[in-house]
Amino acid sequence: MITCLGDLFFPEVGVAMVKLLRRLGVTVEFPEGQTCCGMPLFNSGYHPDAAAVAARTVDLFAGSEHVVVPSGSCAWMVKAEYPGLLAHDAGRRAAALALAARTRELSQFLVEVLGVETVASSFKGRVTYHDSCHLLRGLGESRCPRALLQGVKGVELVELPGADECCGFGGSFSVRLPEVSTAILGKKLDNVERTGADCLVACDAGCLMQMGGGLSRRRSRVRALHLAQVLAGEEKA
Amino acid sequence: MSEGLLNVPFSERAGAALGDRFLQEALTIATTKFIDLRKDSFAGFPEGDALRDQARSIKEATLQKLDVYLGQLADNVERLGGRVHWATTGEEARETILQLCRDRGVRMAVKSKSMATEEIELNEALEKAGVTPVETDLGEYIIQLAHEKPSHIIAPAIHKTKGQVADLISEVAGRRLAADPEVLTAAARVQLREKFLQAEMGITGANFAVAETGTVVLVTNEGNGRMVTSLPRIHVAVMGIEKVIPSMTDLVVFLAILARSATGQKLSSYTTLVRGPRQPGELEGPEEFHLILMDNGRSRQIAGTLREALYCLRCGACLNVCPVYRQIGGHAYGHTYPGPIGILLTAMLRGDESVKELAHASSLCGACKDVCPVRIDIPRMLIELRERLDRQKIAPWAERFAFGTLRRVLLSPAAFRLSSALGRVLQRPFLNNGRLTGLPLVLSRWTRTRDLPPVASRTFRERWKDLQ
Repeated sequence: MITCLGDLFFPEVGVAMVKLLRRLGVTVEFPEGQTCCGMPLFNSGYHPDAAAVAARTVDLFAGSEHVVVPSGSCAWMVKAEYPGLLAHDAGRRAAALALAARTRELSQFLVEVLGVETVASSFKGRVTYHDSCHLLRGLGESRCPRALLQGVKGVELVELPGADECCGFGGSFSVRLPEVSTAILGKKLDNVERTGADCLVACDAGCLMQMGGGLSRRRSRVRALHLAQVLAGEEKA
Repeated sequence: MSEGLLNVPFSERAGAALGDRFLQEALTIATTKFIDLRKDSFAGFPEGDALRDQARSIKEATLQKLDVYLGQLADNVERLGGRVHWATTGEEARETILQLCRDRGVRMAVKSKSMATEEIELNEALEKAGVTPVETDLGEYIIQLAHEKPSHIIAPAIHKTKGQVADLISEVAGRRLAADPEVLTAAARVQLREKFLQAEMGITGANFAVAETGTVVLVTNEGNGRMVTSLPRIHVAVMGIEKVIPSMTDLVVFLAILARSATGQKLSSYTTLVRGPRQPGELEGPEEFHLILMDNGRSRQIAGTLREALYCLRCGACLNVCPVYRQIGGHAYGHTYPGPIGILLTAMLRGDESVKELAHASSLCGACKDVCPVRIDIPRMLIELRERLDRQKIAPWAERFAFGTLRRVLLSPAAFRLSSALGRVLQRPFLNNGRLTGLPLVLSRWTRTRDLPPVASRTFRERWKDLQ
């Protein structure tokens, strides 16, 4: 599942994920009718609209054995919110529950479904990892992405102080309250730069848009990358 | 905060807070300290998680039979010789206290820290009626001297630096005091001691009230709560009706997690249990004890979407971890209860209209839910609140239109593809070294401080063909 921000702004993340999965022997399909998980509508309170998006997404992925998402927040949306949103439609609700069970965020899919903690890849540089809120507190995941990073040859993983603190993105929050959002981001990026890392890794397109946008504005030498890009081994620090 | 300030949009209040260097320094220091203290306290307390679950269940079960427990509490308080007053609104609660003051010729009232009395703006009402209220919690004392409102549920003067506190206490002392917490606390003690002896009335809130025993429980750290409840002739306790708990056994569960969540202490320095007025043969305690059971919008929510907000213990942990609170502090929220839980409580007490901006003052990061001692799902309820605002069309027209458009685009892959093509054309004038800057209209809110990646020259779905 390549959701809206990934499709439009970070196609290279999707490409990296496809190559990585294929290397690991996974057959990858991309149902082309997909657009977005519906979280922007849901989080702003437009629930009937979010339910309509959820319904078509559930239908589109009905035939997939596993659904892999390179974004913790979209995975959380599918797993935690779809069944409730579609509660009024018994058939769709059952399908949503089944989809929720089949859906995994990328790092969790690699470690928990494929049983892979070390992917054959190399990357040279000092890397720090930001815990995206929905992946960390929603899906309870902090270990898999770190383990995978540590497994990459040439990666020196340094812990980010306050790694579990929000980057200030929050979807529409980032434009509704841009000053507050940017102030939160400022703290995050100060911490990132203090680690001396060459590269900041996260598992969510939203956080990468926020942190990447902040880093490039302050002309930082730190690059923001998605985990898939490091694991695919096509990026250099 | 005065009504005047509420006329300024929330975003401007937040902006002013972001530009206040003293506030920023004070907030960072205090919230970081609280976060670390809480973390350490629970790290050495493996039973914590189970106790939090238990506390949540107790709150849930108590709300199911709230009328029964309140009745039991009232009976027991009266049996002990206290008087119980039922207040449907904040105004009724306030009027009850003013009437007591008038009837008994009260000129001065000492108070221990109480959010319930902040909620009904009791101090202003007392002053207007010719009664001098004196806050005796150090933090509350400081902000009373500064003529301000609390900016944190448990640390009301969190926004003040040492230097600012020294100025305020020195002025009362009539001499210049060093900006040293010990010196300032000692001076405040002297200043407050005579007030305790003068006041005819002591006013407190209640952290809990135990139905089976008629006990009002106060959790404090400075001992002032004990003085307020024992020295003046009359003690008035004001509590929201959701503060009742069934039994003393339940109290133990809450006490084990409350101070840990708030300040990282195992227990607060003082836990004061008050049972009615002074009994025959007792040496201490007030002659009269009054308990005000205040609804003020709470019972409406028992079966509503904000129900869980009624579990709140007022520990303040969610404020300390909230990225928004940590940046803007409590005053910018503009209401009695700040922070993420404060948004829900404000909606509950003042209606949905009053939080149309605040409902969006959260990135929904979930840190609040994580630390809440009773696991209130605050982010989920903020989303429910937003849903209510949209449904009632309280949300601005332009916003509803924008999300309506988004819906249409997301429901149609053709429209989605078209919008990416359109984006690629429209973004051209703003491309700058492969980044978008200086975007117009609503997007300027992003690019004023951050770059935006451009819509890719080939989106993933366009590149997918090559990948097959």
